[in-house]
Amino acid sequence: MSHHIVEVRDLAFAYPDGTEALKGVSFRVTHGECVAVIGGNGAGKSTLLQHLNGYLMPQHGDVRVGDFSLTPETATMVRRSVGMVFQDPDDQLFMPTVIEDVAFGPLHSGLSAREVEERATSALERVGMAHLRARPPYKLSAGEKRAVAIATVLSGEPDVLVMDEPSSNLDPRGRRRLMDLLRSFEHTRIIATHDLEMVVEICPRVIVLDAGRVMADGPAGEILGDESLMLRHGLEKPHSLRHHHPH
Amino acid sequence: MSAGSATFLEVGRMDELARLDSPVHRLDARAQVLTAMAFILVVMSFPRYEVSALMPLFVYPVAVIAAGNLPVGVLLRKLAVAAPFALFVGIFNPLLDRHGVTTVGSFPVTGGWLSFSSIMVRFVLTVSAALILIACTGIHRLCAGLERLGMPNVFAVQLLFLYRYFFVVGDEGLRMRRSVEIRSTDTRSLGFRVYGHLIGHLLIRAMDRAQRIYRAMLARGFNGEIRVLQQTQPGWREAAYVAGWTAFFLVVRVWNLAEWLGGRLAGSGS
Repeated sequence: MSHHIVEVRDLAFAYPDGTEALKGVSFRVTHGECVAVIGGNGAGKSTLLQHLNGYLMPQHGDVRVGDFSLTPETATMVRRSVGMVFQDPDDQLFMPTVIEDVAFGPLHSGLSAREVEERATSALERVGMAHLRARPPYKLSAGEKRAVAIATVLSGEPDVLVMDEPSSNLDPRGRRRLMDLLRSFEHTRIIATHDLEMVVEICPRVIVLDAGRVMADGPAGEILGDESLMLRHGLEKPHSLRHHHPH
Repeated sequence: MSAGSATFLEVGRMDELARLDSPVHRLDARAQVLTAMAFILVVMSFPRYEVSALMPLFVYPVAVIAAGNLPVGVLLRKLAVAAPFALFVGIFNPLLDRHGVTTVGSFPVTGGWLSFSSIMVRFVLTVSAALILIACTGIHRLCAGLERLGMPNVFAVQLLFLYRYFFVVGDEGLRMRRSVEIRSTDTRSLGFRVYGHLIGHLLIRAMDRAQRIYRAMLARGFNGEIRVLQQTQPGWREAAYVAGWTAFFLVVRVWNLAEWLGGRLAGSGS
């Protein structure tokens, strides 16, 4: 199925103030892959993510999601197939109740009331939050908010999931649950994160961004284990990949 | 962090009330909008010195509060928040309009005090009607209802966003105030310059956040159309609700029920 593929070719983007956030980024993510995009602050991760669901338009180069090349005309189609989970769940949850928030996407794609209800309920069940359906989102814990934010995206039945720092602000148990959840998905997943230990556990492939360029792209073990590469780009070799000393 | 958002003007309370289930809540939003509009129009149409004839209109808010299981305390608090505005509108009337128009017992009442009382009564009536409307529909159903009644989509969406972002800005403001308080323990007043910076900063932060929320809405297919989960179709219950209340309002408008009732009681007493 070709629509699960995300292909970025020579993507460049400069903000109006002249900051060049992306300077020719290329990669291709195929069906069902789980890819981490890592890099220091200001490496261009957020700018890249904003291109993947058509919030920013390529100034140069091309973003392809499935059969569509991203243009203002195809943005709606692209958004339908790419589910975007924002870094701050408070930005993502804006409706008065959890169920209404989860139903927002399907409701706006013109489904019937029954279908909307079914999709919203099954998305909530998928993330284990069905018991929260009538609660107002702002009263949930950080972990619950994150799970609900993911459900709001799942209910749109996207082919690709794009997530910005999904494990931030979570306690260890919440983070563990999130990782189990992410691992269980069959979607193509692109995850921007600083949580390298999480990357070790759930992402077989890693893309390193620095100063708007792809510095490395390959198997997670190889890249994360390369201490000098990691340090050069403002990163660190994850503790779990360090040599284990017998204590 | 969510403590701030929960306490700010009790943001969630109105939304929570809107989720209650009662015969009134189950009515189509359009019926409730029409009734509230008819009510407000009738209240506004009374002459400026009228007080007693307005009294029977309290039946409407009281009946809806009772039927809708709404907590009176919450509504009264919200009413109190808005009260200073009405007070300012009416406060000069007693000073400017000093000729006597009527007497209560042997005590002469000036036109100013009468119109001031009238303004306050109207304020309580209209604002409580608006609060009740929101508490029985919720802002989303309300906006969707307004739109289906023919309000241009642009206005309905504006109203929706005004409501949402009002709280977003308030929330940012609370957070900023907290950070200011933490760092200014020994100074009592901060001066205009600091407040100027704070307000400018608040605006930028609120706009940033609004931008992010909008992005999240776009990402999930928002296209400027308000859609709600529980679509209701108006039926005979809605028709009866609107017709019944409107008829009552008109009766109250045409005949002064309070005076009539007073006269009857006085008549039977003597």
